[in-house]
Amino acid sequence: MAWTREQMAARAAQQIRDGFYVNLGIGIPTLVANALPPGMTVSFQSENGMLGIGPFPYEGEEDPDLINAGKQTVTEVPDTSYFSSADSFAMIRGGHMDLSILGSMQVSEEGDIANWMVPGKMVKGMGGAMDLVAGAKEVIVLMEHVEKSGAPKLVTRCTLPLTGTHVTDFVITDLAVFEFTKRGGTLVLKELAPGVTLDEIKAKTEAKFEVGLA
Amino acid sequence: MRHKVYPDAKSALEGIVSDGMTIMAGGFGLCGIAENLIAAIRDLGPKHLTVVSNNCGVDDFGLGILLANGQIKKMISSYVGENKLFEQLYLAGDLELEFNPQGTLAERIRAGGAGIAGFYTKTGYGTIIAEGKPTREFNGQHYVLETGLVADLSIIKAWKADKEGNLVYRKTARNFNPMMATAGKITVVEVEELVEVGELDPENIHTPGIYVDRIVVEVGAEKRIEKVTTRKREEVK
Repeated sequence: MAWTREQMAARAAQQIRDGFYVNLGIGIPTLVANALPPGMTVSFQSENGMLGIGPFPYEGEEDPDLINAGKQTVTEVPDTSYFSSADSFAMIRGGHMDLSILGSMQVSEEGDIANWMVPGKMVKGMGGAMDLVAGAKEVIVLMEHVEKSGAPKLVTRCTLPLTGTHVTDFVITDLAVFEFTKRGGTLVLKELAPGVTLDEIKAKTEAKFEVGLA
Repeated sequence: MRHKVYPDAKSALEGIVSDGMTIMAGGFGLCGIAENLIAAIRDLGPKHLTVVSNNCGVDDFGLGILLANGQIKKMISSYVGENKLFEQLYLAGDLELEFNPQGTLAERIRAGGAGIAGFYTKTGYGTIIAEGKPTREFNGQHYVLETGLVADLSIIKAWKADKEGNLVYRKTARNFNPMMATAGKITVVEVEELVEVGELDPENIHTPGIYVDRIVVEVGAEKRIEKVTTRKREEVK
């Protein structure tokens, strides 16, 4: 059985270490904040200018001046700091973020990511994604294993405009966990979701990968 | 003596907006946008504008109203996913768009305001963002040359100002405002509260008054929230 969005987020949360500073992208990555093991000190960064993000506010206490990068209302925690977008991306581009967890439309077998545009159809923009994949110490992609059409998202070479090249460390899908041996290195299948077979992964994955199941 | 305080947004912008100018507009989504100044630009009616802003508001609010009014020729932005009209105009070829990675956009503006002509960054290397731009290797890593960015006019939203234009922003409404305040040939600021000189703590000024040319006090701002997300009180343990 495939993992749910919450289970994917929980699996990604296992990669977080005590003390980490983490940036979470929009969508499934946002759920990772709720899946942290208790007792860990982890700070979440929001690229619009906030380090130390609290939970959603209570009803009636929303503050229009206090949002995350997904434009959702959030709250402060005791160690919160605010800063400008330039300071925020100095943090990201200067290599200070331990981990970036983001969604993607495609990931290639060399760790290239494409997640910001479908030419002629969908134009959203890269936001901070290009900066995050270029600057974070570790990059985890959280995405469905295949598109709604059934087309693989782990591909030989990305056909969509790239966000970054050779930037992925881990890929967690609803069916499996993959790790790159190094940036731009070999893609290795590490875990299968319960009930998912190697044959199913082979059928649904275009990218070349090695099998390193525990 | 300097006279930076204007009675309202329209009088602060009258005579300094013109067709074809480049305007930087602070804000992230609808957070930290200068609502009165945007409305005044709509009313004054300059056309063929190039607007530098991280986003372009939503269809009926923020910079979206200038888009809907046909005043914008080109946007320089990082993310336009919240604005359907924007996507339609762009895909139909009726709007020019220059995508910048968000950090590159922030740094280009910071550089522009600081007199730095260009800088090298890893962001965007190997993507279409780097096409046509010089690249260079430093310590075995690839970097792209990006240029500083300035504007004819910057419209800024701050929380508090004193009458000399020293500014304090509030929470995540700060975002692009401090850099844009430095990169406009003329910088006009809309504030929630105007205080006398000496009332702000000099240790906690976010933008020094040298960058600020004109100040207006915000009137009747909606401060719309794009995505209200809350938790129920019962969830408290």
